[in-house]
Amino acid sequence: MALLEVENLSVGFSTANGMFRAVDSLDVHVDAGDILAIVGESGSGKSVSMLALMGLLPWVANVTADRMVFNGVNMLELTAAARRDIIGREITMIFQEPMSSLNPCFTVGFQIKEALAAHLSLTRKQRHNRAIELLEQVGLPEPEKRLRAFPHQLSGGMNQRVMIAMAIACQPLLLIADEPTTALDVTIQAQILELLMQLQRDTGMALILITHDMGVVAETAQRVSVQYAGQKVEEQSVHQLFANPHHPYTDALLAALPERASGRLLPSIPGVVPGQFDRPRGCLFSPRCEKADSVCTNQSPPVSGSDLGLARCHYPIRHDA
Amino acid sequence: MSNADSIDAAPRPNRFQEFWYYFRENRGAVVGLVIFISFLIVALLADIIAPHSPTHQFREHLLQPPAWQDGGSMQFLLGTDPLGRDMLSRLIHGARYSFFIGLVVVTLAVSGGVITGLIAGFAGGWIDTLIMRLMDIVLAFPSLLLALVMVAILGPSLENAMIAIAIVLQPHYVRLTRASVLSELPKDYVTSARVAGASIPRLMFVTVLPNCLPPIIVQAALSFSSAILDAAALGFLGLGAQPPTPEWGTMLSEAREFILRAWWVVTLPGVAILVTVLAINLMGDGLRDALDPKLKRS
Amino acid sequence: MSGFLLKRILTFVPTFIGVSIITFMFIRILPGDPIILMAGERGMTDERYAKLMAQFGYDRHVLVQYWDYLTGIFRGDLGISFKTKKPVWDEFFTLFPATVELSLCAMFFAVFLGIPAGIVAAVNRGKWPDQALMSTALIGYSMPIFWWALLLIIFFSGMLGWTPVSGRISLLYYFPADTGFMLIDSFRSGQKGAFASAVHHLVLPTIVLGTIPLAVIARQTRSAMLEVLGEDYVRTARAKGLKPMRINGLHALRNAMIPVITVIGLSVGTLLAGAILTETIFSWPGIGKWMVQAIESRDYPSVQGGLMLIALIIMIVNLIVDLLYGLINPKIRRN
Repeated sequence: MALLEVENLSVGFSTANGMFRAVDSLDVHVDAGDILAIVGESGSGKSVSMLALMGLLPWVANVTADRMVFNGVNMLELTAAARRDIIGREITMIFQEPMSSLNPCFTVGFQIKEALAAHLSLTRKQRHNRAIELLEQVGLPEPEKRLRAFPHQLSGGMNQRVMIAMAIACQPLLLIADEPTTALDVTIQAQILELLMQLQRDTGMALILITHDMGVVAETAQRVSVQYAGQKVEEQSVHQLFANPHHPYTDALLAALPERASGRLLPSIPGVVPGQFDRPRGCLFSPRCEKADSVCTNQSPPVSGSDLGLARCHYPIRHDA
Repeated sequence: MSNADSIDAAPRPNRFQEFWYYFRENRGAVVGLVIFISFLIVALLADIIAPHSPTHQFREHLLQPPAWQDGGSMQFLLGTDPLGRDMLSRLIHGARYSFFIGLVVVTLAVSGGVITGLIAGFAGGWIDTLIMRLMDIVLAFPSLLLALVMVAILGPSLENAMIAIAIVLQPHYVRLTRASVLSELPKDYVTSARVAGASIPRLMFVTVLPNCLPPIIVQAALSFSSAILDAAALGFLGLGAQPPTPEWGTMLSEAREFILRAWWVVTLPGVAILVTVLAINLMGDGLRDALDPKLKRS
Repeated sequence: MSGFLLKRILTFVPTFIGVSIITFMFIRILPGDPIILMAGERGMTDERYAKLMAQFGYDRHVLVQYWDYLTGIFRGDLGISFKTKKPVWDEFFTLFPATVELSLCAMFFAVFLGIPAGIVAAVNRGKWPDQALMSTALIGYSMPIFWWALLLIIFFSGMLGWTPVSGRISLLYYFPADTGFMLIDSFRSGQKGAFASAVHHLVLPTIVLGTIPLAVIARQTRSAMLEVLGEDYVRTARAKGLKPMRINGLHALRNAMIPVITVIGLSVGTLLAGAILTETIFSWPGIGKWMVQAIESRDYPSVQGGLMLIALIIMIVNLIVDLLYGLINPKIRRN
C-alpha cells in the first residue's frame, strides 16, 4: 500500500486580480521508505503543494483534490484534532529558513521537548533524555548545553539540525524537507544532506526533498518529480531522468548544469516562470521552449505514459536509438 | 527564443487600481469615505443648507427641544441652545470649522514634519541628532498639555489652537519620514540616481519621498481626526475657538451645565464629532490596509 | 545589554535639559512682566515692585535664573504659586497621588480588557468577533472623551442614579490622607462604607480615562498578533501539531507582547493628557485639573513647574519602558 497518494491537487489563492493557481492538477505518490525529490524553479508550486498537504496554508488558500490519503487516512476529511494527531508525529516538515523557523523567545530544548510532549506520553525526565539523544543523533556536539540555548545563539546549520531533531522526534513515517539547505553555506549544505540521508537509512522513513538544485537531486533521490508553474511536467527514477529526460524543461535544466557544460557559455533557459498575469494559453512552458509550435501555444499538453516519464508535453523527447 | 504570442494575459493593473481594489474590499473604509465626502459637501454648502444663521439668537425659543419631542417644532429640527440659536444650523456650520481645522493642521504638520524628516535623514550626523533630540523634547510633553500651554501663551483663539496642535503633531511626521528615508537610502535605486548626478533636492523629493508616502498618508488621515478631537478639547476648555463660533467643542463647553436639563445641547455636538472622526478613522484604517504590502493577499 | 542601557540613559540627559529650557522659557515669552501680572489690577508701588523682583529673583541675569531653576528641580524647589502662595512642588505632589490612582485604575482597565480583546480578534480574523471588537475599539478612540464622560454621567448618574458625579469619595467620610491613595486610605480607616464609596467614585472616571488606551491596546494587540501569526516559527509550531490554544497563547503571544508593552508604556502620556479632561469634568482633585486652573488663572510658576514635572515623569516612564523592552526582548537581553 502506498504511504502517500495525492491525485489532482489544486491550490488557488484569491487575490486582487482573480484566482491565482499556484498548484494545478498535481499527483504525488510515495511508498514507505521512498526518497522522492521535487524539483522546480521558484514559483513552481513545489512548496505550496506540500504545505497544502500538511494543512499549513494561510486562510486565503483554496485547496481541492480528488484524493489525498496518507497511511490509509483520508486527509481531506479530517477533523482539526485528528489532523493535529498526524501532523508532527507521522508526517513532519522542515523549512528553508532555520533562523526564523524557531521561536526566538524559547530555548531550543523547550521547543524539542514540546514536540515530544504533544504526541508521546513520556515523563519529564524521559523527554529530557530523549531530547539529548535526538541532538546527538543530528550531530550537535555538547547536547546538554545546547538544550539551554536560544535559537539566535546558534548558527544556521545548527538551527537546521535542531529543526531536524524536532522533526524526527516522534519517529515519523514521512519527512518533508522544503529546501532545507538553500539558506545555508555550501559546506554546511553537504553535511545537512548527509545527515538527512543517514537518518533515512537508519529509520526507514520516507523522505520528500524539495529543491531547485539538480546536483542535490542526483546525490540523494530515488525518484524525481519535476514541477513547472504549478504543474508536474515529468516524473522518473533518478537515473532515468538524468540519462533520458523526456520533457524539454527537464532537458534544459540538465543542460544548464555546469558539470554538463561543454562550450564556453553556460546554456540557460530564456524567459521567466509565468506569474499570475502572463499565463500562456496552451503549454505553460511554450514561451520558453525551443521546439514549441502552434499546437503547443494553443492546446494544453496531455500527460504521456510512464514509459515517457509522465511528461506533460505534445512532443516528449524520445531516446530510441 | 520566446514566443510572446502564446501569452494570454489579463493586463496588469496599475497601482491605483490595485489600491482601490483592496480599499474597496474594506466596507468600513468605503462607508467612512462616503460619510466624509457627505460632511465635506455639507461643510462647503453650509451657507445654503443651514435653515438659519448659526449665531442668530431666537429669544422666544430658548432651550427648545428637538422636533420629535414635546415642545419642539419643525422650525428648529434639532432644538435650540441656551441662547436660542438653532442647533442644526450651528452643527452644519461647525462642520465647516472642523474641516478647516483638519485641513490646516494636517497641511502644516505634514509639510513641516516631512521636510524636517527628509533633512534629518539625508544630512545625518549632528544635524540628524539635533533634530531628533528636538523631537524627543516635544514628545516628552503630553500633546494636549503642550497645546494648552501654547495657546495660553499665544492667547485663546482658533488660529492659535491650530498652530499649537500642528506643532504638537509634527514630530510624528519627522520620525516617520526619517525612518523611511533611512531605510530607502541604502537601496540601489537611490545609489543609481545619485550616480546619475541627481541633485539633493531632486533626490529628496522625486526619488526617495514617493516611496516613503504610504505610512505618511495613513498618519495624515489619523492626524486629521486627532486635530478635530484636540481642537474640540481646547474649545471645550475655553481655549480654542471662542464663543459664539459654532465649533463643536466650544458648543459643548457652553452646554455643560445643561446636562440634565437639555440633553440635545450636550449630545448632538458630540455625536457630530464622533461620526466625523469615526469616518476618518475608518478611512485611515482602509488606507493602511490597502497600502501595506505585508497585508496584501497576493 | 549594559551598552544598550548606557546609551539609553545618555539620551535622557540632553532631552531633559531641552525640556527644562523650554519650560523655563515659557514664562519669559509671555508679554508683560510677571510681577505686574501677579499684582493684578491693584497695581503696586515701585518699592514693592523692586522687593518682589528681588524676592523672586527676576532681577538677576537670565542665565543665573535658569541655573537656579535647573538646580531647583533637584532641590525640590520650583517656585511659589502666584495663587496660593505655597510652593509649587508641594502643591504638585499633594495632588499627584489622585492622578496616579486614577491613571493606574484606568491602565488596569485598559490592559485587562484590551489584550484579551485583541487576541480574540486576531485569532478570529475577518469573522464577526473580530469585526465587532474592532468596531467597538474604533468607536472608543473616535470619541471626544469629555463628551463620553458627559454621556456616562447623564446616563449612569442622572438617569439611573448609580454613580456619583464628582469627587473621590462621599463627603460623609473624613480620614487622614496617609498615602494620598483613596482606595488605600479609605480601606485602612476602617470606616464602614468608606472603601465602597471610594470605589464607587472611581468607576466612571476610570472608564472614561481608560477608554482610549483600551481601544489602542486592543488594536495594537490584534495587529501584533496578526503579524506574529504570520511568522515562520508559528508555522513550525503548527507543523508540530500543537493545539491552537497553545500556539496562540504561548508561541504567538509571547512575541506579540513585545510591541504591546511598548504601547502600554507610551500610553502614560495619553493618560496624563486624558486626565486633564477627565479630572476637569469629574472634579477629580488631581494635577490635570490643577494645571488647567493654573493656566486659566495665569499662575505662571505653577504652570511652569507643573509642566516640567509632568514632562520629567513621562520621560522617566519612557526610560523605564525602554529598559524593560530591552529586558524582555531576548535578542537584546542575551547579547
